[in-house]
Amino acid sequence: MHMADALLSPAVGAGFWAGTLGAITYCSKKLKENTDEKIIPLMGVLGAFIFAAQMINFTIPGTGSSGHIGGGMLLSILLGHYAAFLVIASVLTIQALFFADGGLLALGSNIWNIGIYPCFIAYPLIYRTVVNSNKTSRTIIIASVLSVIAALELGAFSVALQTKLSGITELPFGTFLIVMLTIHLPIGIVEGIITAGVVNYIKTIRPDIIEGAGEVRPLSGGISFKKIVISFAALAVLTGGVFSLIASSRPDGLEWSIEQIYGKAELPDKRNPITKKLSEIQKRIAIMPDYNFPAKDKPAAGESASGLLGGIMVLVLIFFMGMVIKIIKKGRQKP
Amino acid sequence: MTFDTEYFNIGYLDSLSYKDTFVHRLDPRVKLLVSFIFILCVVSFPRHEITGLMPFFIYPAFLLAAGDIPLNAIAKKIIFVSPFAVLIGIFNPLFDRDVIAAFYGIQITGGWLSFFSILVKFILTVSAMLLLVAVTSFPGLCESLERLRLPKAFVIQLLFLYRYLFVLLEEALRMMRAREARSFDGKGRDIKTFIKFISVLLIRTLERAERIYQAMLSRGFKGEIRMNRRYKPGIRDLLFTMISIAMFYAFRKYDIVNLVGNTLGGPLR
Repeated sequence: MHMADALLSPAVGAGFWAGTLGAITYCSKKLKENTDEKIIPLMGVLGAFIFAAQMINFTIPGTGSSGHIGGGMLLSILLGHYAAFLVIASVLTIQALFFADGGLLALGSNIWNIGIYPCFIAYPLIYRTVVNSNKTSRTIIIASVLSVIAALELGAFSVALQTKLSGITELPFGTFLIVMLTIHLPIGIVEGIITAGVVNYIKTIRPDIIEGAGEVRPLSGGISFKKIVISFAALAVLTGGVFSLIASSRPDGLEWSIEQIYGKAELPDKRNPITKKLSEIQKRIAIMPDYNFPAKDKPAAGESASGLLGGIMVLVLIFFMGMVIKIIKKGRQKP
Repeated sequence: MTFDTEYFNIGYLDSLSYKDTFVHRLDPRVKLLVSFIFILCVVSFPRHEITGLMPFFIYPAFLLAAGDIPLNAIAKKIIFVSPFAVLIGIFNPLFDRDVIAAFYGIQITGGWLSFFSILVKFILTVSAMLLLVAVTSFPGLCESLERLRLPKAFVIQLLFLYRYLFVLLEEALRMMRAREARSFDGKGRDIKTFIKFISVLLIRTLERAERIYQAMLSRGFKGEIRMNRRYKPGIRDLLFTMISIAMFYAFRKYDIVNLVGNTLGGPLR
């Protein structure tokens, strides 16, 4: 799911842009160091492929609704993760510019959410570990499903985190997070199956492509099991820290989400907390129907009669300015 | 949106960007910079602000008028992408029910104010970005990115992707048309078929990449792609930047709307 400019604060948007730019620079450097030039046209055309593939819908079994693929993991498998990250970043950039998916400020966050997790976490740590040297179609299915789910869930977590840190919406962090994680679980399974299906199909027709991808660009020095455990531990501590930091400001949100995670894990139940929360609010309002809350923030500037009038006037002025420019341009074209 | 309309939409924005007007001739770096500052100013407003955002409509309005861009095309796109912002924003009126303003006896809660604030910010930021693309050619944008020191590998990737985007979309379009012509009632859209469909498209893509690489080699490609630079910033670029940034700063810093409302509204009351 794409973040939008309107839901981001400048600090959060800029922060994630910095991270994304860093990753782009790093990948470009890595690519320059140890790949052959053949990859340049391949990356461009594969980006276009992902773009086209995302626009082809398929029906999601059981629901009748349709979905499309993200493609981050497929690209990583085909190209190696450095090149894959650049390709995803470029696809998202063009989608942001031409389809207005997200926005200029949110683009940094979107590349982060959709690109970093599959390319830098799920592919090197999960996919490569599971597939390793034994490339049977079964291990490929297991590896794809696991890694795509991990990448999507991390991305979903990241969206919830960015929304929370920006503080533009009132949505409780816990509720939003659970909804996001729940939505992305079936999506992850389906995309994992599709990714594995494509990889296996390609492997039967053009085995050189899949074989080559694994061997030409190994992760620098190969990664040991110890490294993986350490990075996972670091990641867990980091997420836990951030999680509790945010949750402390909304204690019931955290309690509630933990109850959700460790309690029942059935889909229909996920809705309950929201309705519970809503009825809670409703109750509060029903008891004190005419209660006037004191201003929480500073009162919004100019929410008065003159503010409204001024706002309308400004819009009218801008409209006339636009008309005048158009008329002048037309006048110039005629003679 | 169906595949066809999406495909034609990209082409449409692309064709708009090759017009020849004052804003089209500006240096892409200038437009990129001004648009980015515009978006930063807009999103930096506190979450209950609505009226203070109104003066910012001048920037998209100026680009629309001066760039000769049809309003319809931009408005349609904005409406089409709005669901996510609306979906997330609509929770604000539910969770924040504190009345923080009253207007002629109607009590307005903070939630509704922040919801409308999100909508206004959304319209402003999305229109600014679409208009940036509508008045700047994509190769021009890439040139500006390269001159702003973005890694060359990434810029070249963008250029390549853009170049082959239309080719591959047409390839996919043909395959989808073939699928539709041979199936009824939404058949052939299940995951099993989809996997094969995508795989075939992927193999065609890979084979195309090999042909492209050979074509590049035979034209003297040695691992380095040179980009030509066409834009030279001039006096009008400088003026455009300075005036826009000064205006955004004034709109952000001073309460223009109340000022206008008080001076123009005085005689009316």
